[in-house]
Amino acid sequence: MDVTEVLLPGVGLRYEFTTTDGQRIGVVARRRGDFDFVAYPGDDPDDVRMLFRLSAEEADAVTEILGAPRIAERFADLTREVPGLNAGQVEVTAGSAFDGRTLGETRARTRTGASIVAIVRGEDVIASPAPSQGLLAGDILVVIGTQQGITGVERILAG
Amino acid sequence: MHTSIALLLELGIVLIALGAIGAVTRRFGVSPIPLYLLVGLAVGEGGIAPLPAARDFVELGASIGVVLLLLTLGLEFSIEEFTVTLRQHVPSGLLDMVVNAAPGALAGWLLGLDVTGIVALAGITWVSSSTIVSRLLDDLHRLGNRETPAVLSILLLEDFAMAVYLPILAVLATGGTALHGLASVAVAVGVLLLALGASRRWGHRVGHLVEDRDTEQLLLRIVGLALVVAAIAELAGTSAAVGAFLVGLALTGPLADRVRSVVAPLRDLFAAAFFLAIGISVAPPSLLPVLPVAIALAAVTALTKIGTGWYAAARAGAGRRGRLRAGSVLIVRGEFSIIIVSLVTVHDALLGPLTTGYVLVLAVAGPLITWWFSPPVRQSP
Repeated sequence: MDVTEVLLPGVGLRYEFTTTDGQRIGVVARRRGDFDFVAYPGDDPDDVRMLFRLSAEEADAVTEILGAPRIAERFADLTREVPGLNAGQVEVTAGSAFDGRTLGETRARTRTGASIVAIVRGEDVIASPAPSQGLLAGDILVVIGTQQGITGVERILAG
Repeated sequence: MHTSIALLLELGIVLIALGAIGAVTRRFGVSPIPLYLLVGLAVGEGGIAPLPAARDFVELGASIGVVLLLLTLGLEFSIEEFTVTLRQHVPSGLLDMVVNAAPGALAGWLLGLDVTGIVALAGITWVSSSTIVSRLLDDLHRLGNRETPAVLSILLLEDFAMAVYLPILAVLATGGTALHGLASVAVAVGVLLLALGASRRWGHRVGHLVEDRDTEQLLLRIVGLALVVAAIAELAGTSAAVGAFLVGLALTGPLADRVRSVVAPLRDLFAAAFFLAIGISVAPPSLLPVLPVAIALAAVTALTKIGTGWYAAARAGAGRRGRLRAGSVLIVRGEFSIIIVSLVTVHDALLGPLTTGYVLVLAVAGPLITWWFSPPVRQSP
């Protein structure tokens, strides 16, 4: 998929792409943080329809809806090709003993053989986190390993 | 402390009046600038309701207003945007300058103005109002349109050209010899280039200087810095406005975003004082004789702006409708024309009323013509 980036000086950026259905979509990302979604319905380059506007907060919510599962899905795709390997998501719950401690302190890989390949924190993704990476309640750990290993990580973090 | 009841009352009534009429004009998507000028005319000397007590404050506020206006304008820039725009839109920017400055210069010559007056009038007809145009584009939901980047790029190039033009004009207005003028211009342009280079390399240092989590701290530091630099610029013989503009340019990235949102309400208040003061400085009776000239100049330069937009949008691949939209949205002139005239108004008695009339006509007619060419598209339900 090709995403065209258009500069809007003083306003922000506009991203344009065509969906598989042939619909051309534009997203105006404003500097102050909100987004306009527009559609280009016809062949006429001057025909533009405003679809909707999202505030920064609403856009965050949408990102969260689209983002987190999507990452896990991608890992799922990856692991499907390797038999016996699974991907899972483990949340650091509010009461977890590891809230505020580092990834290394969980000793997850040593104890279960499963790897933590990414941490999803709100809208940010920390890819291949180092052992010194701190953990916070609400973090989602993307774990790759055997089913048993993933369950093991869940147990460690719950404890 | 002695409180001047008359000052508070007069100022309060003016602000309430501005707010009330502003609410009405906003509904019609018309710029508030002509409104401020009109109220200024009404409360000035020879106006219908003079404000003796509030006048000093308004004039004081005006000098702060112009500093804040230029500061926020400088904040709009990012070097990246500028370099990309420079690569793609220079022909549009040049055409914009030539065809829009020429009618002003010609009119100035015909009216018998001196060199300063001619240069000033050329600048007044050249520069569109970036604030009003970008507001219009947003209000009319045109940010997704093909021609919009070209329009915004013209505004960016104009604003940037102003950073060179204003010091030149300021030197001319103080009436140095040709050689002195040339030297001062070289210094001003040199300082500008230096500031740009410095902001690219050391912009983050300036950032550290003012950055603070506390909004109040940030506001105090940034306004303080802008005022000090503005004073130094004025002392160095350029213009306070240019100094503030440079401070804005030096701040970039997320800090610029924050400063912009923090300063915006303060700027709106003092900018209103600035436009009011311009209105006050023009006596209504002096406006009438120059009104025909102002209207003729407005008509000609509205057409040249349509031509400019047509050309720029065509280069961006827009069709006929897009080209007309681009041209018509650029018609409106505003804050820069007023800033230009404020630099030379003591110097020339004709230019003040002429520009006030000109901006009044175009700031009202511009958005209306934009609407007429292309009515706002209804948001799909």
